[in-house]
Amino acid sequence: MTEQFTAFMADYGWPFFWIALHSLALMVGLLLLIAYILYADRKIWAAVQLRKGPNVVGAFGLLQSFADMLKFVFKEPIIPSKSDKFVFLLAPIVTTVLALAAWAVVPLDEGWVVADINVGILYILAMSSLGVYGIIMGGWASNSKYPFLGALRSAAQMVSYEVSIGFVIVTVLLLVGSLNLTDIVNAQKGDYGLLNWHWLPLFPMFIVFFISALAETNRPPFDLPEAESELVAGFMVEYSSTPYMLFMLGEYVAIMLMCALTTILFLGGWLPPFDVAPFNWLPGIFWFTLKTCGVFFMFAMVKSIVPRYRYDQLMRLGWKVFLPLSLFMVVAVASVLHFTKDLGV
Amino acid sequence: MLTVLFFYLFAGLAVIAGFMVVAAKNPVHAVLFLILAFFNVAGLFLLLGAEFLALTLLIVYVGAVAVLFLFVVMMLDVDFAELKSGFLSYLPVGLLIGGILLAEIIMAAGAWVLNPALSKLENVNATPTNITNTEAFGRVLYSDHIYYFEAAGILLLIAMVGAIVLTLRQRDGVRRQDISAQVARSPEDSIEIKKVETGQGI
Repeated sequence: MTEQFTAFMADYGWPFFWIALHSLALMVGLLLLIAYILYADRKIWAAVQLRKGPNVVGAFGLLQSFADMLKFVFKEPIIPSKSDKFVFLLAPIVTTVLALAAWAVVPLDEGWVVADINVGILYILAMSSLGVYGIIMGGWASNSKYPFLGALRSAAQMVSYEVSIGFVIVTVLLLVGSLNLTDIVNAQKGDYGLLNWHWLPLFPMFIVFFISALAETNRPPFDLPEAESELVAGFMVEYSSTPYMLFMLGEYVAIMLMCALTTILFLGGWLPPFDVAPFNWLPGIFWFTLKTCGVFFMFAMVKSIVPRYRYDQLMRLGWKVFLPLSLFMVVAVASVLHFTKDLGV
Repeated sequence: MLTVLFFYLFAGLAVIAGFMVVAAKNPVHAVLFLILAFFNVAGLFLLLGAEFLALTLLIVYVGAVAVLFLFVVMMLDVDFAELKSGFLSYLPVGLLIGGILLAEIIMAAGAWVLNPALSKLENVNATPTNITNTEAFGRVLYSDHIYYFEAAGILLLIAMVGAIVLTLRQRDGVRRQDISAQVARSPEDSIEIKKVETGQGI
């Protein structure tokens, strides 16, 4: 019996324990980062508009996110009486769980990944495309007009931009020849440092991916599902307290995931910009976090600078500009790779 | 051992979810159960080692097809009382079709024998030797059977063009936004400054 138990622990018990420990460490680190990303988002937005932003809780308002969290948790959750209660409460949980689940395959450094699976990029694509369910379910279950309009807009928007995100990822995969995220980063290693990263050879795709990522995560200027000036808060109108916080959290986790994905696909992941001292003395996770936060800074700047798109303009950009462009680039990259293959380049 | 456990978990949930798709009174709940069934089938694919197929199922069916499905079902104004009223009159027809299908499945399963030629193939495996799942799929679809694949793609394209032709209608008097014309405007041809005399008007 003890032998069987030892064998069971060696086969399943300890690996499970380690995976749980890794996941917990990743989640705590990620949520702490999100708390300050939220703060940074508000501070950057305030600075662009010549306001002060959060500055009361803690020194420079550094504890603002934690105060907000406490406030949300201690408030009363209000569930509309005509709503579909189970789906209503399921929606924010789905949003948060899916957004967090996608982080399982993100490599923070060489080998620093919870699940190093072969089809990592497909897994991320699947999880981020499922994120739309939280929004649709929340909008429908609220049984109210504004949330429903927000959910409908969101469904159309996310499905449209997923197509171009998919094609952009295909161009990267063609260059790399693997769907594993660690392989994608390692393929960008080279003698020229940051000039070896994919943003240069795939330049238009880098921009298309960045803009599509904004649309996919419902960030301004594509925040039509929750457009504050016309739909109040879109699909979230009826939510309060912890369910609302879960929606916000899921949204920001998804945003950070898109920043991390931009970093991995185009900005060399954990690789230092120049492979010389003192740059390569710093650990890979430093570079990864720095680049991810840099991409988020661009997200925050776009939010504060660009006005919201009209719905038909959003659809036009997705289907008539990005889709043909990315489709053409897939063909172009594949052709270049095919015809230079025999030249030994 | 754990694989067997997970197989029964996924398979059981898939069957229950499949039943609930039919049994659910609310059509939106039915679609949500359908999504749960897709998830469990993806889990079964994963257990077989067909990781690419599992994630493609999630991306294509759950991420795109079911979203549009849910979209349409949510927009429909379904009258539940009307739906239920026809239940008894359609029951015999439904039972008949269900019985025929069940009989066909039982007959097919009873008469099913493994092709003797197949037993000679030794590598009947989701992951052929030394290549990943994705690569194996790519070879079969894009190298071995490229012409069939392209033919299937053209068929789908024709179907799409057909659907657009059937539903397209030209409307008069629609003001479309021409972005290039808007960008090409300059102050000279769009602003006119007039000196207005007091009490004159333009």
